[in-house]
Amino acid sequence: MIAAPAARKRSSAAERVAQQIGADKRFKILEAHIKKFQLRHDALIEVLHKAQELFGFLDDNVLHFVSDMLRLPSSRVYGVATFYHYFKLKPQGLHTCVVCLGTACYVKGASKVLETIEAHTGIAAGETTADKRLSLLTARCIGACGIAPSVVYDGVVTPRQTAESALERIKLWEVP
Amino acid sequence: MTFADLEQIKERELAGQKKIVLRCCMAAGCMSSDAKGIKEALEAAVASAGLQDSVEVRGVGCMRLCCEGPLVQADPQDALYVRVTPGNAPDIIEALKGAKSSLARADTKSAFFTKQVSIVLANTGITDPERIESYIALDGYRALHEALTELPPSEVIERVTRSGLRGRGGAGFPTGLKWSTVAKTPGDRKYIICNADEGDPGAFMDRSVLESDPHAVLEGMAIGAYAVGATQAFIYVRAEYPLAISRLQVAIRQAKRVGLLGSGIFESPFNFNIDIRIGAGAFVCGEETALMASVEGRRGTPSPRPPFPAQSGLWGCPTLINNVETFANIPAIIRRGADWFAGIGTEKSKGTKVFALAGKVRNTGLIEVPMGTPLRTIVEEIGNGAPEGGSIKAVQTGGPSGGCIPDEHLDTPVDYESLTKLGSIMGSGGMIVMDDKTSMVDVARFFMEFCVDESCGKCVPCRTGTVQMLRLLGKILAKQATARDLAKLEELADMVRHTSLCGLGQTAPNPVLSTLRFFRGEYEELLQPDVYGPGGPGTAAAPPAA
Repeated sequence: MIAAPAARKRSSAAERVAQQIGADKRFKILEAHIKKFQLRHDALIEVLHKAQELFGFLDDNVLHFVSDMLRLPSSRVYGVATFYHYFKLKPQGLHTCVVCLGTACYVKGASKVLETIEAHTGIAAGETTADKRLSLLTARCIGACGIAPSVVYDGVVTPRQTAESALERIKLWEVP
Repeated sequence: MTFADLEQIKERELAGQKKIVLRCCMAAGCMSSDAKGIKEALEAAVASAGLQDSVEVRGVGCMRLCCEGPLVQADPQDALYVRVTPGNAPDIIEALKGAKSSLARADTKSAFFTKQVSIVLANTGITDPERIESYIALDGYRALHEALTELPPSEVIERVTRSGLRGRGGAGFPTGLKWSTVAKTPGDRKYIICNADEGDPGAFMDRSVLESDPHAVLEGMAIGAYAVGATQAFIYVRAEYPLAISRLQVAIRQAKRVGLLGSGIFESPFNFNIDIRIGAGAFVCGEETALMASVEGRRGTPSPRPPFPAQSGLWGCPTLINNVETFANIPAIIRRGADWFAGIGTEKSKGTKVFALAGKVRNTGLIEVPMGTPLRTIVEEIGNGAPEGGSIKAVQTGGPSGGCIPDEHLDTPVDYESLTKLGSIMGSGGMIVMDDKTSMVDVARFFMEFCVDESCGKCVPCRTGTVQMLRLLGKILAKQATARDLAKLEELADMVRHTSLCGLGQTAPNPVLSTLRFFRGEYEELLQPDVYGPGGPGTAAAPPAA
């Protein structure tokens, strides 16, 4: 008798999971990843990393899916996703430009680089352009201080940037 | 895996070594300038010159002089080529044959190299971080063998204690004492954690060590685990360091394959496994209790100590947490002895310290110096002073928890106590040089902004105090503040420092306090005369400004 409610809860979670998997293959990959960690609760951050890698950002569906799979309250999953800077809850642009604002980059003029890009694109750090082509982000130090100031364009660390060189690079991504 | 197997790997590796080795820096700095392309071009050039039998092209970790990267070093010619491009490859090969070349080279006899002493970085830039054989050839994993087969755990701890090693993460807690506390705490299950959440802006020592010599860290961790009785370890690495993560994954896989991780290591009863945990961009997770919360998959908020992790850490079990550099010191201490290590450095700070030298200085990069080396030697000899037209104004150590040390105190020896006396801290090893063009008030504001962003929000003094301090600093910089605002800033600094829950908040005011201590004039220059009396609005007005 006691087992009945638990069994019902499991089936409803499984149903929701099944629905999502049916709609999108990426959920299937994520499910396999979660099972690799044997549904362990301490794997939550690892799972969210994988989810962001697959989906680009974490929307409500993905967060609910993770909480259902791991049998964690959605508040807990949401709490973790919002706590860490690395997790994005909004869709990102086609390209990303991360300006490092670590101390070494800062004293060597990274803020000037950032200001120039902001002025050119009309968006502030943390935002995405209206045409969804560029997300401008800042980092608190990417550990490339020896080659400061550095900017990461689509994952590629580029050394010794100036306002001019950064602008030139950004313009390559714009619609001709 | 037995000792004979280890020896065999070493001999095979040494026998296979070629006469000439071209070492290509493949650490994150040089990788951003096409180091991969250079290595491939060199391999192609060696092949087309028909020198495959005598020349080895080896990808190695950081070769330290990051500002001149990408770097390629030819051995035994001792030629260090700087700012190499893939197009230089044929010339480098020609130079090996004795041809005169016009390639840019760095002087390996310059102070940048000769003033350094390497313990942690001994293999850095020499071994191939992606091949365990390369590490074993330089006597890697011998210390682990010695510990497991010849030393009881208490003797390992005794050696570490006697060496005088102190935690390299910043606070400088004696490592031996920490180990013995964990060892003494009863518990069936114990954990060991390597803190590689190098969050300080301006610091890249741990990244470099992990990218250049990951096996030294794994070996240090295994020895630590044996000493305290742990069998499971976690390495907590920042997500911002993808190369370090991938090299660690490779290293762990290789160590498992040859039986240096897993069960029954060196045919002893010792079992040991290491898992990687990837951070997600939260500076506060460098604090040990927050880090453990994050390893458990929760929000990385700190909790009050005691209980210390040594008594009740991960999932309530006794846990040993040390920094990357601390673990990387361990194999050398076991292999070469505690007395050798204790012979380096000062009375209270033993051994060496790795620094990430950056900012307004000619030579930027990774350095390792004995404790007690004067700051002036580091900045003026190793760093070769400020670039043209500038003069050094201050050196910032300890990141957002540290302070600025002005030019007149540059003769201070670098050790835990001396830096603390100057209102800064040793920190994890970021060292940013600032020249006369840098506004110290702006630097203080920069760090405060960092702390506002990174405060986890759990305790009020840190969450709101830092915001108020940032606003006051902004007001001062906008030339809208008065002496009363400055007094309020100092009062707040004192409050945040004494009432915050964890190290982040307790040290957040340090950059403000230290710049106020040495550069108060810069703050005062920006102040406006007060239109009210000293008691604020409602009190007698000050005489009008002339």
